[in-house]
Amino acid sequence: MTWLGVVSQLLEIVLALLLAPLLGGWINQWRAWLQNRSAPALLQPYRTLHKLFNKESVLAEHASPLFRGAPYIVFGCMALASAIIPTLSTDLPLSPAADAIALVGLFAFARVFISLAAMDVGTSFGTLGARREMLIGFLAEPALLMVLFSASLISKSTSLTTIVETLAHRDLTIYPSLAFAGVAFTMVSLAENARVPVDNPATHLELTMIHEALILEYSGRHLALLEWAASLKLFAYSCIGLALFFPWGIAEAQAPLALLLAMPVLILKLAIGGVLLALLETLSAKMRIFRVPEFLATAFLLAVIGMLVNILVRA
Amino acid sequence: MNLLSGNFVDPLTWLCLDWILLLAAGWLLIGVAGVFALRRLTLVARVLFPVGGVFGLALSGLALHSLGAPSEVAVLPIGLPGLPFHFRLDSLSAFFLMLIGSVAAGVSAFAAGYFRKGEGTPPGLLALEYHIFLASMVLVVLADDAYAFMVMWESMALASFFLVTANHRIVEIQRAGYLYLLVAHIGAIGILLCFGVLQANTGDYTFANMRAQQLSPFWASTAFLLALFGFGAKAGIVPLHVWLPEAHPAAPSPVSALLSGVMLKTAIYGVLRIFFDLLASPIWWWGLLLLAVGLATALFGVVFAAVQVDMKRLLAYSSIENIGLLFSGIGLTLLFSAHDMPPMAALALTAVLYHALGHAFFKSLLFVGTGAVLHATGERNLGKLGGLIRSMPWVAWVTLIGVLASAGLPPLGGFVSEWLLLQSFLFAPGLPSALLDMLIPVAAALIALVAALAGYTMVKFFGVIFLGQPREEKLARAHDAGSWERLGMAWLVGGCVVLGLFPVQLIALIDPLTRTLVGAGLAETAGDAGWLLVPVAIERASYGPVIFLLGVAGSFALAFLLVRLLYHGRLRRAAPWDCGYPWQNARMQDTAEGFGQPIRQIFEPFLRMQRELPTPFDAEPRYRVSVGDHFWHWLYLPLARIVDRLASLIGLLQQGRIAVYLLYSFVTLIAVLLVVKQ
Repeated sequence: MTWLGVVSQLLEIVLALLLAPLLGGWINQWRAWLQNRSAPALLQPYRTLHKLFNKESVLAEHASPLFRGAPYIVFGCMALASAIIPTLSTDLPLSPAADAIALVGLFAFARVFISLAAMDVGTSFGTLGARREMLIGFLAEPALLMVLFSASLISKSTSLTTIVETLAHRDLTIYPSLAFAGVAFTMVSLAENARVPVDNPATHLELTMIHEALILEYSGRHLALLEWAASLKLFAYSCIGLALFFPWGIAEAQAPLALLLAMPVLILKLAIGGVLLALLETLSAKMRIFRVPEFLATAFLLAVIGMLVNILVRA
Repeated sequence: MNLLSGNFVDPLTWLCLDWILLLAAGWLLIGVAGVFALRRLTLVARVLFPVGGVFGLALSGLALHSLGAPSEVAVLPIGLPGLPFHFRLDSLSAFFLMLIGSVAAGVSAFAAGYFRKGEGTPPGLLALEYHIFLASMVLVVLADDAYAFMVMWESMALASFFLVTANHRIVEIQRAGYLYLLVAHIGAIGILLCFGVLQANTGDYTFANMRAQQLSPFWASTAFLLALFGFGAKAGIVPLHVWLPEAHPAAPSPVSALLSGVMLKTAIYGVLRIFFDLLASPIWWWGLLLLAVGLATALFGVVFAAVQVDMKRLLAYSSIENIGLLFSGIGLTLLFSAHDMPPMAALALTAVLYHALGHAFFKSLLFVGTGAVLHATGERNLGKLGGLIRSMPWVAWVTLIGVLASAGLPPLGGFVSEWLLLQSFLFAPGLPSALLDMLIPVAAALIALVAALAGYTMVKFFGVIFLGQPREEKLARAHDAGSWERLGMAWLVGGCVVLGLFPVQLIALIDPLTRTLVGAGLAETAGDAGWLLVPVAIERASYGPVIFLLGVAGSFALAFLLVRLLYHGRLRRAAPWDCGYPWQNARMQDTAEGFGQPIRQIFEPFLRMQRELPTPFDAEPRYRVSVGDHFWHWLYLPLARIVDRLASLIGLLQQGRIAVYLLYSFVTLIAVLLVVKQ
């Protein structure tokens, strides 16, 4: 553990916490532009968070401590996830504590807690949201794991830093297995982050919402934490995508200069990714909830095919 | 053995094996004491069960001590003349003794507070059956010849049969007990025949002799299949699983905990003993078969668990799922062993052993948790529970940890074994067979799917029982567990946490066992990086549960403090939002059936569903859905009909008149004379 490693670790966490709402604002802006609406300000998510933090929390009469604790747990999980994904540097002191499988486990941990919290108050919407969230989770989680395994088979490692280092040094050719994995990963990320076509982040239509149904009973600071955690999750997923499929520019050497260079590269990549996500969301329509299992099963199969292709052609 | 041959006056010279046999005898004595205190509940509950629990602790300590030690043997001059009982304590038996002892300690403590008056079998008799059950499991694991093994195996089956039918006046429990006894004995026939093959016509049924035999591939495979059938029936692999979801829920909760947590592991012990010890050289297709059977079992178990509406049946199906995971891990170990890759085999085997231990703890915990709920509410049906976290918070929080471990979430025990198993699948592409290379990723994908579905099931289990609003009036008056029950649950939850946080230290303990079974261990790489679990090399994979926990807890605390410091802690309690419809009640919450609906829809072909839908004109609309098992209708019922028909054919011989029987004797005599004369 070097001092530079500690610095890049701290930098990563702070950057993730600060940039995550901005990424959400950026995507919302582009969505509005693409849909010919006048866009909200880029900094609107920060204002919303500030407003929510200042409000008092209204808690259901019989809510248990689990309900109050869950936002902090989910927020903590997402912060830890953004700390272990190599976004700026591969020299991270926290990274050996959790590899790709543990990262998926961390997301599952957060999902289980938010679902349990949604069931805690005992309203119909909360439980319905929990059921749908777990439905998406149990299909998306193995698909994400298979995507990560495709990359693991190439780099012969499940350690995220080793994966990034190996993939960044390959020739500029398309790995067929990574192509399959990339499509699967895009589908999984859309589902996991409650984006169109699986869920609509802008809706409160009762019969279709998933993420909003989960957090319906939350208010004030609890809601702020959950919203922040959701944007952190989107940020973390984007960073996983960048680390797996566009790993160039992440600092490897023990040099402060590389670290400094990695930051604008990351922001540029995220900005482009955000625009693409907004485009994707604008071009597709939300599907019925009954179609979601098919969508995710396709992602799962694509990821498994990616692994098989990897073993067949060793690439 | 010093106890009988040497200086038994001085306990300092006793071997570990002597002490363990003494402990087993102690358990038997407790049982006998129970007979003399047949209906004195206080004596049985406050003295016999706690003492039994202390014996369990002692057993696990002794077993832990002898995990790395050289093996010890003993010959007890009991049993038939010329057929003494052979016992042997080696690393494999020590590991399973540790499992039995440590889990039994927690369950016994819980049982001390659990049994009440007026529940079928009198408490003293229950204590007898319970302790015979424990002692026979210990002796099964220690047995070193087929005769002792079968005697102990059968007493284990019988003792557990009587425990299952503790509430023997209920018809369903009678049926469950009968089914259990039947499958247990059909399985025992398989094991007996397997031993018959293994002794290779030498007439010597000691395990030492079986180890020395070099069987031809044909006979070795026959023994393998017989053992798979026999032990598979005990473990509940598909399609021999039908008894498990009937028998495990029927028993009183501490017994269910022992059945699912511990007794299933004796089948795993038997499989490991025969495949890796007695049958020295595995053939590759054995591994493939086990892998396929294990994966089918795991997927079957978890899908059925997700659609159950009875909390104990849900856990029983979840046990089937875990047994499937264990079998697939053993299959992978066999594949690696057959292809002469000891380090990989050691990785897979470590995952299996770790999962066996982890499952023993969390499944026992969950079963005794349902026992506490059952006592407080009298309800097993998920549709009539709910909101118990407010009336019994202690049980709820402890069960939550068991649920997280069972869902395979970090940083608890279930995740470590799942992680190791997935790691060993990722290493599989080194196998020298293209076919296997292709199948392994599919298997890994199935494992991942099963693990994710287990999370779904566990959220349903915990959420419907403990969260939400009470679905019945009486639930608000439910009481939390008593102090004995809390003690037992605390011990089991401690096991789950320790297994989750200290895998490096525990794997170092398992190391001698994997070394004897597959010729390699993980200890030297696993311990290299201090608190990090590193199965092969740090660049390949590493996992640090303690850092992981500190990371989550640290960011939790930091977020909490920062929010409090920067903003405020204002909080107001109000009624939950009712969507403008003020007549909502607890019955309008989502139910267990509702939570299982997506799974029923996705996996419809797996399930045999019967649905009754209400019509718009019903005065009292009812919705009913029941999920059945295809195997029961397609395999077991036709089989039962055939047996029934054969029996009635044979029944024609039985005319019940003495003249007919005399005729039979006469004809037989003539026939024998004819044969002898020639």
